[in-house]
Amino acid sequence: MDRTLLIALASFSAVTLAGCAAMRTGADEAAIRAKAIDAMKTSFKEKGQAKLDRLNQDETQALCSQYAGKELPKDVAATIEKSNLASIRYPQDGKLVGDWKRGERIAQDGRGFQYSDDPKGPVGANCYACHQLTKQEISFGTMGPSLYNFGKLRGYTDEMRRYAWGKVYNSQAYSACTNMPRFGHAKILNEQQMRDVVALLMDPASPVNQ
Amino acid sequence: MITMLRAALAATAVALGGMLASPATYAQAGSAADEIEKYRQALQDGNPAELWEARGEDLWKKPGGPKNASLERCDLGRGPGVVKGAYAELPKFFADAGRVMDLETRLVWCRVNLQGMTEADARRSPFGSPERKSDNEALTAWITSESKGVAMAVSLDHPKMREAYDVGRAIFFFRGGPHDFACSTCHSEDGKRIRLQDLPNLTVKSGAQRGYTTWPAYRVSQGELRTFQWRLNDCFRQQRFPEIEFGSPASIALTTFLAYNANGAPFAAPAIKR
Ligand code: HEC
Ligand code: HEC
Repeated sequence: MDRTLLIALASFSAVTLAGCAAMRTGADEAAIRAKAIDAMKTSFKEKGQAKLDRLNQDETQALCSQYAGKELPKDVAATIEKSNLASIRYPQDGKLVGDWKRGERIAQDGRGFQYSDDPKGPVGANCYACHQLTKQEISFGTMGPSLYNFGKLRGYTDEMRRYAWGKVYNSQAYSACTNMPRFGHAKILNEQQMRDVVALLMDPASPVNQ
Repeated sequence: MITMLRAALAATAVALGGMLASPATYAQAGSAADEIEKYRQALQDGNPAELWEARGEDLWKKPGGPKNASLERCDLGRGPGVVKGAYAELPKFFADAGRVMDLETRLVWCRVNLQGMTEADARRSPFGSPERKSDNEALTAWITSESKGVAMAVSLDHPKMREAYDVGRAIFFFRGGPHDFACSTCHSEDGKRIRLQDLPNLTVKSGAQRGYTTWPAYRVSQGELRTFQWRLNDCFRQQRFPEIEFGSPASIALTTFLAYNANGAPFAAPAIKR
């Protein structure tokens, strides 16, 4: 067998595993997604705070599922970012930066929203699950980039504080279909918690910036 | 001997739990993962899963249920009573039931149809605790152990299997809930971890092979043998979804997707995990 053919075969089988579906038509795929949603509707039961309405997708979730495992078309990405950007609310009093010490506790805390969690709280954001933030905490995940020295490197400017707020409030406003939750938009964090987490990133005294 | 093993394991579990909770005592993130790997290796010779396997073999052979029948005539896909290698071909379409089944749902079916149990009784407490043993866990431990070393060979030739695979794939990528999570959020990139826990990329062959063929597993942290249905249940909990029902269509579709992706790899469970 000639070499090019071998290479073609090898890459073909690599693709088949990840995406047999990629070779289907759009209509087939939509039918499969509809079947998947039907199967899910009969497969879950509500438990604790996790009700069945959690299976209802909003437009962003539906589009990100539809294009998962493939390249996201530019116009779809733009639609997602636009509607998510429009959802961001800044605090009435204009105060974006709270207490980094409380922010650190929120970043450490993975509790909240699982059916095994107390619905009365407390709720954290578990930023460390995905990000390096400080030098002290070495138990951090790598799903997101390191945020160590975030404020120090980006500059302690108003613009950057607004970006940090917006990113934590609704991550999809800046990168469609990111794996990062939309903490403000989904009401995972309240306004004061948002401020405290922004302080963790943006306060020059925060261990993030040491 | 067994009690001693349990005690030693419990001590290790506490040490490990502590290590994960306060890893600052360890010089480097990498070293904690290395330690876990070392201790896994060390325990490989004396996996307490063997206790579940032994109990499962008894349960399989002992007459039980309203019909006082044993499960020895249960057809796991390779003919009535054939256990060797059966798990490596599951899930499968079963003509007698008219649907695709994984091992755990097939066991429910056999307990209902051979032993005369009610569906509700056969489904009760699929996941045990140290106080309340689960027959499902024991039977699954024994039956899967009879496929150790057998290459995974799930077939999608039947159209219902093809459909289960496709549906399972769509569920894998389905994002929802307050955190927008899907299975793919945590399991579709190489070399990622949550905190210090390595996450297998289940969309590529090597990751699916590693993640699938090592279940069921004895969980040191829980002192229990956990099945694949349990694994799915617990990941959906972390995903902030409602609870997936044991043996539900979505659980079987997902299992079909992952098991097929693992094809070719030698089955390596019951394993032992943190
Ligand atoms: C489940 C994973 C996950 C969690 C939890 C998470 N993030 Fe992220 N984050 C990501 C990923 C992935 C990216 C990179 C893609 C992107 O920009 O959205 C990211 C990007 C970011 C960025 C942009 C970095 C840049 O270079 O502009 C910031 C800021 C950020 N995260 C802050 C946080 C904070 C603060 C928290 C907790 C309140 C948090 N993240 C929780 C996954 C996560
Ligand atoms: C929020 C993160 C998260 C989500 C979402 C998630 N998982 Fe997991 N998964 C994990 C973690 C963490 C582990 C390792 C668990 C452990 O060792 O205790 C894991 C382990 C696994 C394993 C076993 C891997 C091994 O090598 O032992 C499988 C299989 C798996 N997940 C499948 C799934 C499926 C299917 C879904 C969707 C229903 C899913 N996961 C959703 C975090 C997640």
